[in-house]
Amino acid sequence: MNGIHDVRLPAGPQAAALAELWTIMLWVCAIVFVLAMAALAMSMRQSARNRHEGSSPVAIDASRESALRRWIGGGVAASAVLLFGLLFASFRADRALAGLPLEGAVHIDLTAHQFWWEARYEPHEPTLTFATANELHVPVGQPVLMRLRSDDVIHSFWVPSLAGKKDLIPGRETTLAYRADRAGVYRGQCAEFCGYQHAHMALVVIAEPPDEYARWLETQRRPAVAPSSADERRGRDLVEQTSCAMCHAINGTLARGQRAPDLTHLATRRSLGAGVLPNTFAGRIDWINDPHRFKPGVNMPPLTAAPADLAAISAYLGALR
Amino acid sequence: MCSRFPEHVAQIAGPYRRHACQALVAAVVGAILAGCERETRGFEHSLDAARIAPADDASTNARVAHDERNAYALAAGKRLWTWYNCAGCHAHGGGASGPALTNNVWVYGSDPAALYRSIADGRPNGMPAFGTRLSNDQIWQLSAYVRSLAAIAPQDAAPNRDDAFLTRTPESFMDPQPALGPVPSSSGSSR
Repeated sequence: MNGIHDVRLPAGPQAAALAELWTIMLWVCAIVFVLAMAALAMSMRQSARNRHEGSSPVAIDASRESALRRWIGGGVAASAVLLFGLLFASFRADRALAGLPLEGAVHIDLTAHQFWWEARYEPHEPTLTFATANELHVPVGQPVLMRLRSDDVIHSFWVPSLAGKKDLIPGRETTLAYRADRAGVYRGQCAEFCGYQHAHMALVVIAEPPDEYARWLETQRRPAVAPSSADERRGRDLVEQTSCAMCHAINGTLARGQRAPDLTHLATRRSLGAGVLPNTFAGRIDWINDPHRFKPGVNMPPLTAAPADLAAISAYLGALR
Repeated sequence: MCSRFPEHVAQIAGPYRRHACQALVAAVVGAILAGCERETRGFEHSLDAARIAPADDASTNARVAHDERNAYALAAGKRLWTWYNCAGCHAHGGGASGPALTNNVWVYGSDPAALYRSIADGRPNGMPAFGTRLSNDQIWQLSAYVRSLAAIAPQDAAPNRDDAFLTRTPESFMDPQPALGPVPSSSGSSR
């Protein structure tokens, strides 16, 4: 799954506050490190000179003692000031994270599963709500308030260009707010080890202008399009009659499972298996036939169907715009 | 530790007492480590595993023996039990419109092959057929878990917790029960 995945390229105020704090920490610590190493090198040189002259390595010339004492006192004072400075910078960043205005926020319920992300938009409006997976769309310039939950083990939501990490914990609800100020595709990743395919638990957040986002919302709310050819009809029947419907939902058909990604508008998504394969005709066939070839340990079982049947299913899923 | 060596051992070991002691410690540690075994996980690596197998050949027996001692397979079976709403009829093993599964009195017996057939082909009076809906692996995992509900299978790998409120004795805490053959239900209504 491709997209910007970089803490140093913030696309919103949350990530910008964190990037700023990171930069301050980096430079302060780098300068302190260089100065401390320089002081250490100087003292080592002095002790080598002392030994050469036959005196104790730690001997200090009485005339320089008060000057050295001032240097050490100054170093301790500077360390204290810098540490308080870092404390203040961290406090300021925390305030900035908490202070994001949330008027008119987009509400998303995000549930983490082994090993994919379930997103439910507008969860408080039964007539408007819909589910999608692994690809979030958000409007540029509008805050997003996510309610984070987990279905199995602890996961962590991390889209470095938009916000910091936040854990999704079973039996507990956490929230995370962020805003994307620049349009773009931002990659995210599960950041808490969650099992065998933790590394293949990616997602993207697609930030787009509000009118494009509104069009996307409109599409996602509609039930699945009806199959238009005999092949696609056969694909739909197979989805309804085989193991697909046990876990997946396609609104408007008999597939009503709630245990795997909602496929109602699968064709609008870029990838399969949370970023493992591209969502193409061949990719869908490979994935459905044997997902464990690409993502061993995934909960989806292989489907042993005739090649023509797999092609029909792939054709139908490819028509779900 | 070596100074408290039993007298006769010390006599035998004599001047090599220290070496004998080290060898003994190494042997004990080696024996303990040899007992460590990482559980193999039954991920569905090949499509062969997905084919619906005849339920009573040697590979099937090996499969059943593996799953019943495998915490991952039993946990996967328990997850499928929830996902596919087995509890809708069998409750949490206690039975409702479907028969109870926490004792060993089962209508078609508790033989794994019979269990496989019950899940894959369904049974009269309401048990649906899942053969076209589940993979072979999933049916074996479910069978292994269902046997652990009644403690017919070995209990050392059985689950002992729930994600939701626990409504029954944890599977691993059940008293072991002997496997019985088919026992027709007396009422005839609750199959």
